[in-house]
Amino acid sequence: MEICTGLCALMVESGANSGLAQFMSLLIGVLLVSGVPLVTVIILIWVERKIAARIQDRIGPNRVGPWGLMQTFADMVKLILKEDITPTAADRVLYNASPLVSFASVVLLWAVIPFTPFHFGVDLEIAALFFVAVASFGTLSVMVAGWASNNKYALLGAFRVVALLVSYEVPLVFALLIPVMLAGSMSLVDIANAQSGMWFVVLSPLAFLIFYISSQAETGRAPFDLIEAESELVAGFNIEYSGMKFGMFFAAEFLHVFTNGILMALLFFGGWKGPFYYESPLIAFFWLGLKGSIIYLTTLWIRNTVPRLRIDQIMAFNWKFLVPLSIGNVVLISALLKVMQELQLSPRNFVGASVPEMLPTTIVLFLSNLAIIIYIMGMLRKRGEEMRVSSQQTRRAFVQASGSAAGD
Amino acid sequence: MNVLNEWAFIGLFALLAPVFPALPIAVAWIFRPRKPNVLKSSTYECGVETIGDTWVQFRVQYYIYGLIFLVFDVEMVFLFPWAVAYNDMSLFGFVAGFLFIFLLTDALFYAWNKKALEWV
Repeated sequence: MEICTGLCALMVESGANSGLAQFMSLLIGVLLVSGVPLVTVIILIWVERKIAARIQDRIGPNRVGPWGLMQTFADMVKLILKEDITPTAADRVLYNASPLVSFASVVLLWAVIPFTPFHFGVDLEIAALFFVAVASFGTLSVMVAGWASNNKYALLGAFRVVALLVSYEVPLVFALLIPVMLAGSMSLVDIANAQSGMWFVVLSPLAFLIFYISSQAETGRAPFDLIEAESELVAGFNIEYSGMKFGMFFAAEFLHVFTNGILMALLFFGGWKGPFYYESPLIAFFWLGLKGSIIYLTTLWIRNTVPRLRIDQIMAFNWKFLVPLSIGNVVLISALLKVMQELQLSPRNFVGASVPEMLPTTIVLFLSNLAIIIYIMGMLRKRGEEMRVSSQQTRRAFVQASGSAAGD
Repeated sequence: MNVLNEWAFIGLFALLAPVFPALPIAVAWIFRPRKPNVLKSSTYECGVETIGDTWVQFRVQYYIYGLIFLVFDVEMVFLFPWAVAYNDMSLFGFVAGFLFIFLLTDALFYAWNKKALEWV
């Protein structure tokens, strides 16, 4: 907003009404900030398709423009020229509103994302909470879309949203509590600045993993893509949508995944911090984009390699595993850090703390988290083996029973 | 920038955000063909006409999950101020936060024991 304060002053000087000048500068700020996600989403669609293709041993879009780069524009023209069908049985108002809400909620998230330490739409004091709140509008739009379509498949999708997306918000917010606690602030700028000594992913890898898994579920991606499970629900909540309205759901999902990548880079990977980030805002922006993109690419990788889970497995995994684990992590980290602070081993404020100052804290917190991760991995392996054995027994019993039936 | 201005920015953003998806839909509305017929705009189903009412009641299972979620979500809002004040907190405030988390966990295990977390 540095530009806009300057711009505002300039307009007042040239004789404009100060209220109007303020409004204009706000408007320009909004357009500048919202321009970033709108441009990004066009590239993202190409990236997503190309990488999905490569993982599945295909070539992907390669006809329109160099390396198929213009494919998205061709698709846009196609979507615009498609007939738009609204089923007569649908609730027209809600049916038409939900693609708008879906995309708008994701664009609105970018209002609080700081691109560099000094260039951001707005540095809200409650940015982390704002992020969770606005992202849940996306959940709401999926639910409304499924309900308003008045279609059995879409309704099943909406049912699953209620269970899945809503449940995974609990571990997500508990994991979000860790960076907020370590930085002592909910502002994303403060959280990124507090990581000058050590990235929060090193201090609490467990919190990052929980956040990562639940944000993958929040965006409804494989292995959590039950809401649009192609093989069971055809397309799930967006089954009745056609043309540009479908395109908006599609674009919103891709953009949401990337936005989550950027958010994770800010919360756990020091945001724009990297070599020479203070030299120029462009370098800072580059580091943030790079970190966000790497996280985004790993989510694509997971999306294209793992099979879908069953709903009872997903719910059990969330409520009986992720939620207790995330609560335990909050208790552990806060207790350890308090002890460290009382023993003067840890700085009270992480902003500007150097690496040697952070070293004792880092070692203690990292090792405690590592111990938990190793323990729960062992636990999960044991449980997996148990389940495999029991399913084998069931299969054997089934084969024997059907074998004897055939013998009769 | 003062607080009011910050929220003015968010407000303006929230007003403008639906415009971005609305624009392409509006463009499509101008260019797209309109040839509706009864079959085309009937509800999609796998080859047969859709049977029965779609707008039915949710199964109670979803409702229970929704209820547990609501409890956690509301209580989590109280934990955020605790986390923000963490660095300059007295031991009393710290222990109070722990007690709160303990009660929260207790509620989770209660629901677990009551088999509310089983998918039926």
